[in-house]
Amino acid sequence: MDMKVDKKLSLKDRYRHQTRGLGWETTYQPMDKVFPYDKYEGIKIHDWDQWEDPFRLTMDAYWKYQAEKERKLYAVLDAFNQSHGHLNVTDARYINAIKIFFSAFPMLEYTAHRGFSMAGRQFRGVGTRVACQLQSLDEIRHAQTQIHTASNYNKYYNGMHAFTHQLERMWYMSVPKSFFDDAITGGPFEWMVAIGFSFEYVLTNLVFVPFMSGAAYNGDLGTMTFGFSAQSDEARHMTLGLECIKFMLEQDPDNLPIVQAWIDKWTWRGTRVLALVAAMMDYMLPKRVMSWKEAWEIYFEQNGGALFKDLERYGIKVPDCVAQATVEKEHISHQLWAAMYQWNFGTAFHTWIPSPEELDWLSAKYPNSFDKYYRPRWELWAQMEKEGKRHLNTGLAQLCQVCQYPMIFTEPDDPGKLCHREVDYKQEKYHFCSDHCQHIFEREPEKYVQAWLPMPQFYQGNCGGGGVEEFFKWVHLVPGQDNMDFEGSQDQQNFARWKGMATSNQ
Amino acid sequence: MQIDLQTIDIKPLRQTFDHLARRFGDKPASRYQEGTYDIQQTSIFHYRPTWEPDREIFDERRTAIRMKDWYDFKDPRQFYYGTYTITRAKQQESADSAFAFALDAGLADELPAAVKKLVMEVLLPMRHMEWGANMNNTFISAYGYGTAIEAACMYAAMDRLGIAQQLTRIGMAIDGEVALDAAKELWLSAPAWQGLRRYVEDSFVVHDWFELFIAQNLVLDSLLYPFLYLHVEKRASREGSALPGLVTKFMKDWEAETGRWVDAVVKTAVAESAHNKALIASWVKTYSASADAALEALAQPIFGADTAAVVDSIRSDFQVRLQKVGL
Repeated sequence: MDMKVDKKLSLKDRYRHQTRGLGWETTYQPMDKVFPYDKYEGIKIHDWDQWEDPFRLTMDAYWKYQAEKERKLYAVLDAFNQSHGHLNVTDARYINAIKIFFSAFPMLEYTAHRGFSMAGRQFRGVGTRVACQLQSLDEIRHAQTQIHTASNYNKYYNGMHAFTHQLERMWYMSVPKSFFDDAITGGPFEWMVAIGFSFEYVLTNLVFVPFMSGAAYNGDLGTMTFGFSAQSDEARHMTLGLECIKFMLEQDPDNLPIVQAWIDKWTWRGTRVLALVAAMMDYMLPKRVMSWKEAWEIYFEQNGGALFKDLERYGIKVPDCVAQATVEKEHISHQLWAAMYQWNFGTAFHTWIPSPEELDWLSAKYPNSFDKYYRPRWELWAQMEKEGKRHLNTGLAQLCQVCQYPMIFTEPDDPGKLCHREVDYKQEKYHFCSDHCQHIFEREPEKYVQAWLPMPQFYQGNCGGGGVEEFFKWVHLVPGQDNMDFEGSQDQQNFARWKGMATSNQ
Repeated sequence: MQIDLQTIDIKPLRQTFDHLARRFGDKPASRYQEGTYDIQQTSIFHYRPTWEPDREIFDERRTAIRMKDWYDFKDPRQFYYGTYTITRAKQQESADSAFAFALDAGLADELPAAVKKLVMEVLLPMRHMEWGANMNNTFISAYGYGTAIEAACMYAAMDRLGIAQQLTRIGMAIDGEVALDAAKELWLSAPAWQGLRRYVEDSFVVHDWFELFIAQNLVLDSLLYPFLYLHVEKRASREGSALPGLVTKFMKDWEAETGRWVDAVVKTAVAESAHNKALIASWVKTYSASADAALEALAQPIFGADTAAVVDSIRSDFQVRLQKVGL
């Protein structure tokens, strides 16, 4: 009858009453009908009460804390926009990095929002649902704050104006989009491994460091502020992903092989998506944070290694694909940027050949691979450009049925040879960039045969008609503005002119 | 007098993204527009859900309602995450001070027995109903179509969790865990509560997300909110305590604001077509019948002979509301 009773409750108990204490076993409708999706994946949960809340945040505290972050973020964005902060970036080439980021990420964060709403409704455990719901809310925050950050860039630079339309249609966007489509079409437990664990825990630093530290290094106050503001949300998401893995593994030994297969699949899927980030890190940032290889070593080999060590006691093994990814750290950024350079008539961002000084940086960062395999090619292409014979690849490549990259990656034991695998399934031939993508297909062929692969669709006339011009129209790419080389682009000219207006009295 | 501060004047290439220019013309878009319109994918999906193989990831067919443009479900509050959290943080702050004031004034210690009974036996078990409302709005966020409606439902879902937590805090302040256990027991077993619990549990297995919106946000809330925060509260204050009025400030502020959004959504769907109108009217009819019965069962022990008058007044307010949205 007084506050003393209340004070006896520990924080943990108070939180329990404010979350799982709210739920009950339904009797007018069977629990299996109320929660129809949390058993079909084969994960066995015996006691949802064993779920440890990874963080204890009630809504009153959440609103206050997040509102404060939002006020600060929008104050900075407003000031950044008003003062034409975009002219303070190191070089207009930088803006192409954020074109890739802002064209893909808001829509992907949005899919994450919907996926966590699904998980936040479908898990039987109340504590798990609440944690997923909070993440759903955070994810829509990230989608919106990213769009709001991109909005001002879109006013002054090309390539971002059609991002909602292009996510579904632009050929290279099918790489990250198919990743999220794959995750959200899985059940709630696989979703948690795909996004909650692999993406948010194992790989998140490899996304955030390149883009957000990249922004900080390159004078992009807007993007940097968004990134730092999202960081404390991300910390919560990481603890949720890890808790979910541990929970599944502690509940039943039969869960181990299922979880292991998901970790294997999603580590590889995620690593493949990150090749886009690798190229950006090594080639697109005028002021580099670190090389992709260094980032991989710190954030995957060291941090990820410690994580897998921690999971060893549950019987989890480091995925086989890590061996190949480790070899590829020397190569993927170079292979991908070369691909973008050759196909840049079909990209909504500009590309360029690294300057001599940048080539030296790459040589120094990649002593085992760059001079041998990649430098000669860039020097040749630079020479060809000088002679007015700019190299373009007008042939369209075969795509991997799983990760949807063109076949541009090489054999793990021979960087001189393109890697290509094939599988016959129900009288059709399917192509893969690697053993690991092939294995992913073989585990769930009925899923991956559905993939909407941009190149075959193009040849079937489903991308606006037959030719490249029709493709541009269909994908809402403005040729001569959004695509091709940075050198001579409208972006380059405008930036130089505006920068002149901002820094001189001419 | 206006002070004319200057920044350098650079002419933008375009005022907004293409998809917003197509909708609203090439002019600067609001942050609500940028954060809402056309963000959900609509056409090219790589795989069908393993959990529902005959549908796409986002699929208009998950409701029987039809809309030419799902973004007609505009939120009159224009909430995006930033405005949403900032609004709720302010409301929470003022609710917290009312709550603290009530406790500091010793109102919890001096609670008249009749009022304590109302709080324990009527208000507290509602935390489970609120949790059900959280589940239902989360469902709509998961399976609804278009960012405009589903994002607003996600905000509503979290609001309902917040309200359930606010009710929990009231229980803990008055009688600690005992109060919560007793309230849960009522929810699970007391005959007066079973109509409502059945209604809520039945709503958990509804597959049509717009039907669920009607069942929860329109029908049930339109009956329960005035019942709790008008009639029961009036009764408590007549019994000599201001406590229930003070500690439920958040819910009243929230309902006044959120009701506007619910009405706007329903009005838009009804105005779209005769098909929608007929469907929604039939849902309202079905759900009203069981919600009315559940309400009456809850009101009877409190209002006795006045029950009919209380319930009629709530019903007739609901009828007025339905008329305003075109039903």
